[in-house]
Amino acid sequence: MRDVRDHAAVLFELREVSLTRGGRRVLDRIGADLHSGATAIVGPSGSGKSTLLRLLNRLADPDSGAIAYRDRPLVEYDPLALRREVSLVPQLPSLLPGSVESNVAYAAGLAGREPELERCLSLAGLDSAFATRDVGELSVGERQRVMLGRALAQRPDVLLLDEPTSALDHTARDAVEATLAELRRELDISLIVVTHDPEQARRLADRAVRLEAGRVVACGALEEALS
Amino acid sequence: MSISIHVSLGQVAASLALVAIAAAISFWRRTDLERDIAIATVRSLVQLTAIGYAIKLIFDADTIWLVLVLLTVMVLFGALTARSRAKKVPGAFWPLLIGLAIAAASTLGLVVALGIFEATPRYLVPVGGMMIGNAMTASAVALNRLGDEVSESRAAIEATLALGATAREAAAPFVRRALRSGTIALVDSTKTTGLIFFPGTMVGMLLAGAEPADAVRLQLILLYALLGSTAIAALVATGLAYRNFFTPAQQLREPSLH
Repeated sequence: MRDVRDHAAVLFELREVSLTRGGRRVLDRIGADLHSGATAIVGPSGSGKSTLLRLLNRLADPDSGAIAYRDRPLVEYDPLALRREVSLVPQLPSLLPGSVESNVAYAAGLAGREPELERCLSLAGLDSAFATRDVGELSVGERQRVMLGRALAQRPDVLLLDEPTSALDHTARDAVEATLAELRRELDISLIVVTHDPEQARRLADRAVRLEAGRVVACGALEEALS
Repeated sequence: MSISIHVSLGQVAASLALVAIAAAISFWRRTDLERDIAIATVRSLVQLTAIGYAIKLIFDADTIWLVLVLLTVMVLFGALTARSRAKKVPGAFWPLLIGLAIAAASTLGLVVALGIFEATPRYLVPVGGMMIGNAMTASAVALNRLGDEVSESRAAIEATLALGATAREAAAPFVRRALRSGTIALVDSTKTTGLIFFPGTMVGMLLAGAEPADAVRLQLILLYALLGSTAIAALVATGLAYRNFFTPAQQLREPSLH
């Protein structure tokens, strides 16, 4: 088990955050602190995990309540700059048509950076021979890794990962989890991982937020929150 | 180009025999279109007769202001009609209206400025009607496609937004495909014109007794002007409409909020 970093800095503060979609209360007065390091957002499907993740880089805004990032209200950040610093990798890989290289270069270009292709592919656990491959020819697991590599090309401070292994078989899942653990060792990067699987949360995170029906039922150190 | 031809009401009535054949085929093969064929026949009769009187009034008055009023009404109804084909695009009316207005004004302005047509009702009314009608179809097709593309590609658009791309960058491939859809029909029919079908203006002029060379040249001018007006209308409509899918914070709006 990892050390619980109680002294870790608070990245996100959520206070009374609510969101309704299609007449359904998806998030109901959420209050939580998300620290630097690795945090898992755990809960059954439909509990509001992915919606909560989307609020953190402003792909959506809550109907009410307040979210702060590094002690500053989220709405005060330029949404484009925020999304490069707090990068979200969606549940299903959705790449731009073309080669792996062009996808990484596109993401790097948006952040005004050099592509550093080999570094990004290697961090995402891909061989540099993948660079010229067409994304349409890749397996779901490989595409998921390209999504990760593409996000890393922007050198984000925080990675938001939405069910990063849900579309993968066991072998591919283990490989992606090993890649994420490696990323934490090599980079000064925080992870916020949405997962329906408490065991995956135990493998990847130091802390957890447990959601049920849009409400926080537990929040804090990993075992405390998951038990 | 002064051509005169007289068509009697008896001749028009006789042509209804072809409508009867269409209705009979529908009845025989059970395509259930008899009612629509009847409505289409009556509407075309009433609408064209009404516009015929309106055009005669405008020709007789010989004033540019009445032409402008008629063209404005056409643009307005064109935008309303096209909007019904672009239901998935939020706030589609204004992009369509602005697109049609710019397409009509720029192409008519250009053909007059280049000395191709005189700025008189006899030229501006029929040419303007053609430009607006085709521009309406092109922009309706383009926005219809844009609505489908965006609703089917929400995940891809959000994945691009998540990288810090602007709404414009995230929507660009879909806007491009929509624009292509709107303009390709006329481009294709322009390629095959004269081979597979004779366009309406040329047919009309030949029937009215014009020299084939004159009929061809006039038709070419209209085809080229139409290419311009459809491209402008589709460009402006898609270029304005895609913005309505996004919030000022570069978020993709929820479809239920459309």
